[in-house]
Amino acid sequence: MTAIDVREADGGVVLVPSGRLTVVTAPLLRSTIAERISAGDRLIVVDLSSTEFVDSSGLGALVSCLKSARQAGGDLRLVAPTEQVSMVLRMTNLDRILQPRASVADALRG
Amino acid sequence: MTMEFTRRDLRQLSHTTSLRRIAAIRIVVVLAAASGLNYVIWRWAASVNWESWWIAVPLVLAETYSLIDSLLFGLGAWRIRERGEPPSPPETGYTVDVFITTYNEPVELVMRTASAAIDIDYPHTTWILDDGDRDEVRAAAATLGIGVITRSADWVDRPRHAKAGNLNNALLATEGEFVLVLDADQVPHPQILDRTLGYFKDPQMALVQTPQWFENVPASDPLGSQAPLFYGPIQQSKDGWNAAFFCGSNAILRREALMQLGISRYVADVERSVHRAIRTSRRLLAKAREDAAGDRRVTMTLRRAAKIVEQARVELARGDGIADVTYRFQRGIDAIASTYADADIALMRDDLRELAALSTEADTFAGIDDAALELLTSRETSPVAAIEAISMLAGALDVDRGDEAQAIMPMATISVTEDMATSMRLHGLGWRSAYHGEVLASGLAPEDLETMLGQRLRWAQGTMQVFFRENPLLQRRLSVGQRLMYFGTMWSYFSGFPALVYVTAPVLCLAFGVIPVTAYSLDFFARFIPFLLLNQLLFWVVAAGRPTWRGAQYSLALFPVWIEAVTSAFKNVFLGQPLGFRVTSKTRVEGGRPRWDLVRPQLIVMASLVVALVVVGIRIAVGQAEGIAPYVNIVWVVYDLAVFSIIIRAVLYRGPATTQKETP
Repeated sequence: MTAIDVREADGGVVLVPSGRLTVVTAPLLRSTIAERISAGDRLIVVDLSSTEFVDSSGLGALVSCLKSARQAGGDLRLVAPTEQVSMVLRMTNLDRILQPRASVADALRG
Repeated sequence: MTMEFTRRDLRQLSHTTSLRRIAAIRIVVVLAAASGLNYVIWRWAASVNWESWWIAVPLVLAETYSLIDSLLFGLGAWRIRERGEPPSPPETGYTVDVFITTYNEPVELVMRTASAAIDIDYPHTTWILDDGDRDEVRAAAATLGIGVITRSADWVDRPRHAKAGNLNNALLATEGEFVLVLDADQVPHPQILDRTLGYFKDPQMALVQTPQWFENVPASDPLGSQAPLFYGPIQQSKDGWNAAFFCGSNAILRREALMQLGISRYVADVERSVHRAIRTSRRLLAKAREDAAGDRRVTMTLRRAAKIVEQARVELARGDGIADVTYRFQRGIDAIASTYADADIALMRDDLRELAALSTEADTFAGIDDAALELLTSRETSPVAAIEAISMLAGALDVDRGDEAQAIMPMATISVTEDMATSMRLHGLGWRSAYHGEVLASGLAPEDLETMLGQRLRWAQGTMQVFFRENPLLQRRLSVGQRLMYFGTMWSYFSGFPALVYVTAPVLCLAFGVIPVTAYSLDFFARFIPFLLLNQLLFWVVAAGRPTWRGAQYSLALFPVWIEAVTSAFKNVFLGQPLGFRVTSKTRVEGGRPRWDLVRPQLIVMASLVVALVVVGIRIAVGQAEGIAPYVNIVWVVYDLAVFSIIIRAVLYRGPATTQKETP
């Protein structure tokens, strides 16, 4: 992964990790989200449309962040995963828990 | 990651035992199995002495147990895989974390291992996982320039899961593609990674286990610490069925495999928790309504809760994501909580207003009002949480695994020996493992009987916990061979019960003339002798020169430990009783007297065996004992005594005179 783009949105915050979300880059995602939660954001939307590749540690980071968001009374939602990411979500059955939304607008709605 | 398969690598990845050895083993396996079946079937069909059924039936059951044990051993050996030279290590590109796990071992011992770990040739990062969170460890690690990992704040007030928890915590704090796990006493050789990483050129390879060998054990090995058969043909047999398993130390694991396991377990656990909550919610809420006994407010609240549970059930059945379903459910509970609290708040507002009227300052209580409102409507402190049924449902219908420190727990936490359960689950996900039978670390074994007994008990308990919680025979995603290989290890820990029969039956025969077998005749010997000899031959062929007698002695002589392990694990898993777990101490208890009290059952057995010999001597002298039965049993008793004699040596053992340095 090269960067995480962070955008304020109506009702939450949208994070756009681009490139590879792996064991090497997962800590950045975790710390970014932790900061947003402690700054008071509750609805965390992770836009995966420019994430080319995710490994199990990347998924693990998403689950950890889901846990933190929930424990702060908020939520974490995934949006528009690329083909590789969808496949990994399906393979680990994680899509049964985190069902990605089609668009950021959908995710922010409810 | 680079993937440079050479022709030599491919050859070595598929290297296995020579055809000649395999052929010899298979011939003996077939003969031993045939003779065993022939004997045991005849025992059941034609030679149980039903008049003394109370000992005859246990004896034939014990013999059946041993036959199954032997068949499982033979089945493993059928595909024994001795890998030989490993594939060459990758030139560059693999990142490796070396984890040294410690809890309370002496700092010098940990640092000895840490220094050796730093000196491992292949590029890596060394970490001490100090579950004791000790300043001395931190200081010593700093002088070596390596990191110490201790539990994150998430673990406060949550289950720690011993070593599995320690490893899970560290997995989330590091990023190497591979992880070498070392117990605090296991000093690695510099070559350990170069000799094992090559196996991971196979992208499906998740685990490479190497032997645990102990340098502080004399050649006679009075405490049976070395396990030459286990860290040899037994693991190699399992390897042939892709079931070589993780033994907690001296193993290299692929992080991706562990994390994938963590994710899939997380999904499975959340699904199970949510579905169970929904299934039991109706009963739970009905019971709560009964208990409320007419309290209108509680009854109304429970009815509203039932409605949102029902909605969650419908959404789940429709295939909605569990995160979304539970999110809406939690918001529903919050809404109930806030209406529930409204009445309380209104009352409190009135009180506050009255108080404020008495106060001279205008806004004294305004802040308190808001804080109280927030407190009463937040999930944990709202009065709704006091309705147990609702707080239980709210806890179970969530995706945050609030009861655990981490949502992702790659190392299995269902057992005190996390290793076996973890590798079984990895195999269930389709990953491969390898057993590389080269000693690449030197450890320290317990040096006194008490520590040794505690360690064996812990291993056995852990194995039985896995058996009761995740029976390998029922794991649909394992192949039949894998199921049987895991089951074989567990089966061997039931040996305490047949052992008891094997020492009781001959005593009864010699001392009281109780004969459990109807015919000690040609029929008996013609079937029993081939079974016995062929079994010994099988062990001899498979062991290929490794010592097996010590292991055979302890598998019988530690029968009280095995029995305790089975019963305590059973009570733990099914009745929720604690195991009484303790960490194995690596240092000797100095200056103690021989601990005969630790082996009382074995001493009673030995005394009974000796008395039985004396009694039968008298009975033969006075012509009371007839036929061949007494003589068969005399041989049997003498064998039992030879086996149990190791217990005397173990009690008297005072630790190694000097540290042995030669490798086996």
